[in-house]
Formats: sequence, C-alpha cells, structure tokens
Amino acid sequence: MALLEVECLRTHFRTPDGVNRAVDGVSFSVEAGETLAIVGESGCGKSVTANSILRLIPAKVGRSTGVVRFEGRNLLELSPRAMRQIRGNAIGMIFQEPMTSLNPVLTVGRQIGESLRLHQGLDRRRAEARAVEMLTLVGIPEPQRRVRAYPHQLSGGMRQRVMIAMALACNPKLLIADEPTTALDVTIQAQILDLTRDLKHRVGAAIILITHDLGVVAEVASRVIVMYAGRKIEEAPVAELFRRPRHPYTQGLLGAVPRLGSSLDGTRGRLAEIPGLVPSLTTRIAGCVFAGRCPRATDLCRAIAPAMAAKAPGHGAACHHAPAEAAAA
Amino acid sequence: MSPPLLEVNDLTKHFAVRTGLLGGRGAAVRAVDGVSFSLERGETLSIVGESGCGKSTVGRAVLRLLDVTGGQVVLDGRRIDDLSAGAMRPLRRRIQVVFQDPFSSLNPRMRVRDILAEPLRNFRLARGARALDARVAALLDTVRLPRDAAGRFPHEFSGGQRQRIGIARALAPEPDLIVCDEAVSALDVSVKAQVVNLLQDLQRELGLALLFISHDLAIVEHMTHRVAVMYLGQIVEIAARARVFAAPKHPYTQALLSAVPVPEPGAARDRIVLKGDVPSPIDPPPGCRFHTRCPYAFARCRTEVPRLRRLSPEQEAACHLHDRPAAENPLA
Amino acid sequence: MSPPGAPDLAAAAAAPGIAVAAAPDLPDIFPPVVRRRGLRGVVARHPAAAIGVAILLLMLLAALLAPVLFTVDPTALAPSRRTRLPSAQYWFGTDMLGRDIYSRVIYGARVSLVVGFSVAALASAIGLAIGLVSGFVRVLDGIVMRVMDGLMSIPPILLAVALMALTRGSVGNVVAAITIAEIPRVARLVRGVVLSLREQPYVDGAVASGSTVPAIIWRHILPNTLAPLSVQATYICASAMITEAILSFIGAGTPPTTPSWGNIMAEGRALWQVKPTIVFFPALFLSLTVLAVNLVGDGLRDALDPRMAKRL
Repeated sequence: MALLEVECLRTHFRTPDGVNRAVDGVSFSVEAGETLAIVGESGCGKSVTANSILRLIPAKVGRSTGVVRFEGRNLLELSPRAMRQIRGNAIGMIFQEPMTSLNPVLTVGRQIGESLRLHQGLDRRRAEARAVEMLTLVGIPEPQRRVRAYPHQLSGGMRQRVMIAMALACNPKLLIADEPTTALDVTIQAQILDLTRDLKHRVGAAIILITHDLGVVAEVASRVIVMYAGRKIEEAPVAELFRRPRHPYTQGLLGAVPRLGSSLDGTRGRLAEIPGLVPSLTTRIAGCVFAGRCPRATDLCRAIAPAMAAKAPGHGAACHHAPAEAAAA
Repeated sequence: MSPPLLEVNDLTKHFAVRTGLLGGRGAAVRAVDGVSFSLERGETLSIVGESGCGKSTVGRAVLRLLDVTGGQVVLDGRRIDDLSAGAMRPLRRRIQVVFQDPFSSLNPRMRVRDILAEPLRNFRLARGARALDARVAALLDTVRLPRDAAGRFPHEFSGGQRQRIGIARALAPEPDLIVCDEAVSALDVSVKAQVVNLLQDLQRELGLALLFISHDLAIVEHMTHRVAVMYLGQIVEIAARARVFAAPKHPYTQALLSAVPVPEPGAARDRIVLKGDVPSPIDPPPGCRFHTRCPYAFARCRTEVPRLRRLSPEQEAACHLHDRPAAENPLA
Repeated sequence: MSPPGAPDLAAAAAAPGIAVAAAPDLPDIFPPVVRRRGLRGVVARHPAAAIGVAILLLMLLAALLAPVLFTVDPTALAPSRRTRLPSAQYWFGTDMLGRDIYSRVIYGARVSLVVGFSVAALASAIGLAIGLVSGFVRVLDGIVMRVMDGLMSIPPILLAVALMALTRGSVGNVVAAITIAEIPRVARLVRGVVLSLREQPYVDGAVASGSTVPAIIWRHILPNTLAPLSVQATYICASAMITEAILSFIGAGTPPTTPSWGNIMAEGRALWQVKPTIVFFPALFLSLTVLAVNLVGDGLRDALDPRMAKRL
C-alpha cells in the first residue's frame, strides 16, 4: 500500500467572482521514500493541493472533497485534533518563505523543540539537545550557539535550513515542501538541493516537492506530476517526462525554458511560446482545460474532458491526442 | 569612431545606514564599488549576480534614479551623472526602464492610455488627442496587445500582459537603451518565453540596446551578447557570451554556472557548491571580496584586491590565479 | 453528464489509434455564486456599510428638515412641564426647563454633523498639504514633523479645551479647535503614504518618462493618497463629533443657546438618576451617528482598494 493515496481531490473556493475550482479531481499516490514533484505555473493548483492534503484550507472560504489516505486513514475525515497530531509529526512541512514561516520572537531552538515536546513528549532539555542534533544534520555551523539565535540573526539560506530541521525533527514519513528554494539565490539553492539529496538517503522520508522550476524537478524528483488549471494533466517518471513528454502543455513548458549551455551546442533558437493565457477557474470549462491554447485541439477536445490514460508504463497523460507507447517519438 | 552608446566609469554608490539608537555615526553599504563597462548601440549587456550584489543599483544609476557617490555615467559621449534634474529630463527620453514586478510598476489608478500617454506628452511626441491615440494604438500593436486595452486599468490584465504594457511605456519615447531590471523574473515559464521573444524581436526591429539585469543565467544566455558578473558591488568577470558560458575565468562565475539546476534528469555535472553566505556589503572582506567563499583562495587573495585583467580579446576577469603560471591555475 | 452531441464526436474520434477516455464530470462543491448587480448587490456584499450610509442619510435628512419634522422651538421654555417622561406629545420627554428633548435632539444633529464634516474636510485638506510638502521636501520634513509630534503629544481633547479657552464658544471656534488637534494625525498618515509611494516602481517609471515633480505629485502621488485619506477622514469625522460633544458637555464648546447633543447631555447630567431619558436620547443619537460614520469608513476602505473596485 502506498504511503499517501489521493483520490479525486477537489478543493473549491467561494469568491465574490464565483466558485474557484482551484483543484478539480486530482488523484495520485506517493510511495514510502520516493520524491514526487508537482510542477505547474502559478494558479495551477499545486500549492492548494499541498494545503488540502494538510487540511490547511480555511473552512470559511474553501472546502475539499475526495480521499486523502495517509497510512490507511482518510485525512479529510479526521477530527481537527487528530489532524494536528499528524501535521508537523508524521507529515513535515517546508514553506517558501522561511522569514514568514518562522516566529520572529522565539529562538530557533525553541521552534524546533516545540514540535518535539508537543508530539513526542520530550522535556525541555532533551528537546534542545535534539534541536542541536537537527541543526548539525542540516549543516548549520556552530549549532550549539545557533540554537539560541533568533530567525532575523540568520541568513535566508540558514533560515531555510532551520525550516528543514523543524520539518525533520519528528522523523516524518512524508515531507511536503512548497517551493522550498524559490526565494533563495542560486548558490544557496545549490546548497539546499545538495542537502535535500543527502538527507533523503539518511532520513528516508517520502517527499512531495511543489515547484515551478523544471531544473529543480530534474535534479531531485523521481516522479513528476504536471498540473494545469486545477487538473493533473501528466504523470511520469522524471527521465521519461523530460525525454518524452506526451501532453502538449508539458511539451510547451519544456520548450519554453531556455537551457543553460544552449549557446554552446548551437541549440539556441527562439523559445517556444504557449500562446494565450491560463483560463479563469471561476468559469466552468467544458472539455479539456488546455484546449484554448493547444495547437492540436479539435472539437473533441472542446467537448469532452480527457481522462488520465496510460501512454507508456508508468506514464499517463490527460490528452485525447497524445500518442500511446508505439506511436511515440 | 563614435563613442559607445553608454559608458560607465568607476561607478561607486554607497548608501548611508544609520546605526545605533539615535542614528548617530553612519556606516555605509558599499552597494556598488568601482564598476566600469560600456555598451554599444543595439547590443545587449547582461549584469548577473545574486541578490545584494549591486546589479540593480547600477541600473538605477544609469537611469539617474539615484545620485552616484563617485564615477561617471556617459551617454553618447556626454556625462549625465552630474546633470541637474532639469537638464537631465530631455535626455531621459533615450534611456527607458522595464521593472521586475508587473503589479507595482504600473499606477493602479491610471488607464493604459494615460500610462502610455505620459512619456508621449512629456517629450512632446504626439500633439493633440488624435495623434496621441494613434501613437498609443501603434504601441499596443508593437507589444501585441489588443487595441481596446487602452481604455482599461492595469488590474484587468495578467502579469504577462502588464509586463507588455510596461514595455510599451518604455518604447513610447523611442529610446536607444532600455534597462530591463529583472524584467522577466516574476513571470511564469510560458509567459516568460512570450516576453523574452518580444524583447528580442523589438531589439532586432528597433536596434535597441538592452542593459539586462537578471539572476536567471539561462535566460541571460538566451538573450545576451555580453555578460558582466557582479559579486558584492564589483564586476568579477565581463566577457562575450560564448566565453562566459563555455570557459568562465572567475571562480565565482564557475560556481554560479554550476549551481543552476538544469532541466535534464541525470545530467552529469561537476557542481561547485560554495560554502557559506555572501558577506555583508557594509563591511566587505579585504583583498578579493570573494576569498571567503572561494575554493582556490590563497594568501595574496586575502590582502590584495584583484583588478579586471584582459585574458583574451573578449574576456576580462578579476582573479589573482591568472597571474600564476598555467600549471598552477585551475581556471586556465 | 455529457454535453449534447458528444456521442457523435466520440464516434467520429473512434478512429484507429485514438481512444476517447472522458474524465468524469463532477458537480461543483459550492452552489454557484450569484452576483447581484446594482444597489441590491452592493447592499448584499457590504451590509455594514449600507447600514452606515442609511443611518447617516437619515441623520442628514433630520438635520436638514428639522423644522418640518414635527418639532417645536427647541429653545422654548415651559417651566410648568419640566422633566416629563416620553409621551405622545413629548416623544423624548422634556428637560428641566420644560424644553422638548425630541426637538432639541433633532436640531442638535445639525451641530454634530456640521462639526464632524467640517473638521474632516478641513483637517484632511490642511493635513494633506502638510504631508505632501513634508514627504517631498527633505529640508522641511524634520521641522514640520517635530512640530506635528509636539502637537500629537497633547491629548486632542486637552488641546481643544485649551484652544477654546482662548476664544468664546461658537460652532466655528469648536471646528477650528478640533481641526488643529486632528491635523497632525492626517499629516503623519499622508507623509507615510507619500514616502512609500515614492518607492513604487511606477513613480520611478514616471521619472524615467520625463515627468516633473509637480506632475508626479498630481498624477501618481495624489490619486493614490486620496483613498487612505478619505478613510481616515471618516474616522476624523466620528472623532470630531465625539470631541464636540465632550467640549459641550464640559461647557467649553457650543454655546448653551444652541442645542447640541453634548449640551443636552450636560444639562441632563444632574438629573441622570431620576430622569435618565434626558441623557439617553442625545447619547443614543451620538452613538448611532458615530457608529454609522465608522461603518461607512470601513466600507470605503474596502471599496477604494482598486483591486476590489470591480466587485463594487
């Protein structure tokens, strides 16, 4: 059984402009120890998916339906109390903005120790000792001293390391990282990505990585889900996705990213454009959500929304026209 | 030979910071410290570097949006850094800007027509309402926006469309140079490609020079003719695109390039992961500013400031390693 | 549910190599959001602000139409009918001099509204000018702001009392005194807004577009200052009404010959334990009006955000 199974997850928001179908029927699973990346552009629903799994959608504005089965329990049906015992314990979280996700008036040691005291019943002394251990694990120099530092005394990269230490403190089985390196400079991002890979071997937690950066995906993920306008439109092992993308959107996305070194091997050409704009999620779309921008769209696409279908082993795409195995390449 | 379109000589900008409770003794953030480069007509020069390296400050100095502490900014052979606001105003027509944030770079209370009309009126490029409307419509065509966009407000557009409006405003006075300060950094991948292509088309059609300030090396490689790499307020390497991306001659450039994640799973790469963080620009390290993080640093780097040195016709780097014999130079 | 005609398309697409797999069409979690247009829509979306506007309009009408709203001369004395309880003849009862409290409260609305609106308008205009100068002229900034700080260190009420002590009681002088006390807050707000607007990229863009400083203030700074300023103006209006009532209550405000809510309450103070109605009605009107102005202010704050404008 998979560690996490998401079945037909839908999260809608009630806005003054209408019902926003931020996530609309997304299914996937995460095996223990694997790294799954969810990619897509802003507004595709990738972060809402993560927040829905963690039940962080404020009930006042939004609601989720479907099944989120974690270790056999449907998280969407748990009591708020039972959910709190899972968050930060069996499921760790890393957010994009380390500055706003850390409490500015508590030392980092206290913040790392808090979940340990809450979930694992450690006393103050042992929690601090474990916090020092965690800071060492994430490569913070002088952990004995840094454990008493306040977030503002640390650099952006250091703060993100502290976030990772917090997320890993309770030995989670699943780590959800929402754009963990987006706010960081590229040399610091390289440090954090290195750390992530290193920790993956040592800690063994499954990771859901939410990102818009295809480079980061290629470096750390083993499997990838591509989202567009609240739907999952493609899913494949990472090498397969980059080598043989099946969905026209994924193909467009990969063509739109300039590659480093492209000027050297003479492949520097015009970037592929995906014409048009992402559709509004407050109007109900009949048919395929990508049909309005798709070069291959036909009347069929505009009438019937394609379901995810296997195009190759482990490789699915939601497109009527994506070729299956033999016809590819 | 005519002078280059833009020359920046030994540009220095220090920002005073107040320390202490009463704002007493002032320390200075040495945001830019002795930066020189030149830019020809129709050329793209990119300034790359990480946050806080001073690249945006260079852009703002060129635009005369701030007063420099030292050095010169020379436009077409004429010094502009010491001009009064009034004397500068007519020259502003020649240098325009596109900012990063498509949301805060347009006045939310002005219609697109008025946003585009502002430079046209200021520089007296259109007389009368009809001429103005015609120019606005032509500008919208140029950036591939529908003409009815003129009557709408910025919040009615997506990020990519707003960036097009920003580009149209920059094009309005028919400038020679556009400073693009992270102009595509905030955009989504598919929209970014649209705007990058638009900028390239415009450069070709209008012969614009671009000062392209960015931290995104892949986009820079795609866009640029030459690259200047900045670290802690100084240019550490400046060279033609092919030289920088094929054979970087400064350890920082090397590390920067190797740190960029490449969308190619399993690509074999020798990543140089730099230790630690960028030091504070208030109190930069003595000698070479990069020595605290440099994998090759030796004694001389800690005391003596390296100067930019021409290593080939199209490449300059500021690194003491190049004074060593080739056998002892890992960058050679 | 498949749209009509879909089976044909499916059949047409059932060519070799293409298998049509339709995603299930699921109903929305929420019922459709009905957007009502026009006045009813505005009321439905901003009920609090609508209530505020309604109360304020009623108060305005009462003040304007006071003579025809079944009032009698609010200053007419009738010692034989002192301190009556509310009745069919005297809706709110009478005070200790036999004057009709209903008529006095209705006429009193004039004073409160005149003071509230005048102070809001004057303090905003003067504060705006000071704030703009101070936000743009670095040399003056330090001096002007220290003067404002000095004024702000005195509680507005005390400042107004002190200023009133220098002149004789009249509505005009009350307005002047409260305005002076309120100006520093506006000036500070405007200066803060100006300083943050000056950092906006679109202001830099305007500089690069060759705009002069006055043009930038007129086109970019001023329009974006008006929204927070008008919200602040409503709060000043509410606070001025209360200050006026306090000044009148302690005898340092509107002269006793003019009925104002503060005056009426002051006169009823001695009889509070025997005839609470004398204080109750003017107090109720004051509270309702201040509440209404504040509700309007909150509504304005939401509505003036340009991103929210299309939802109005």
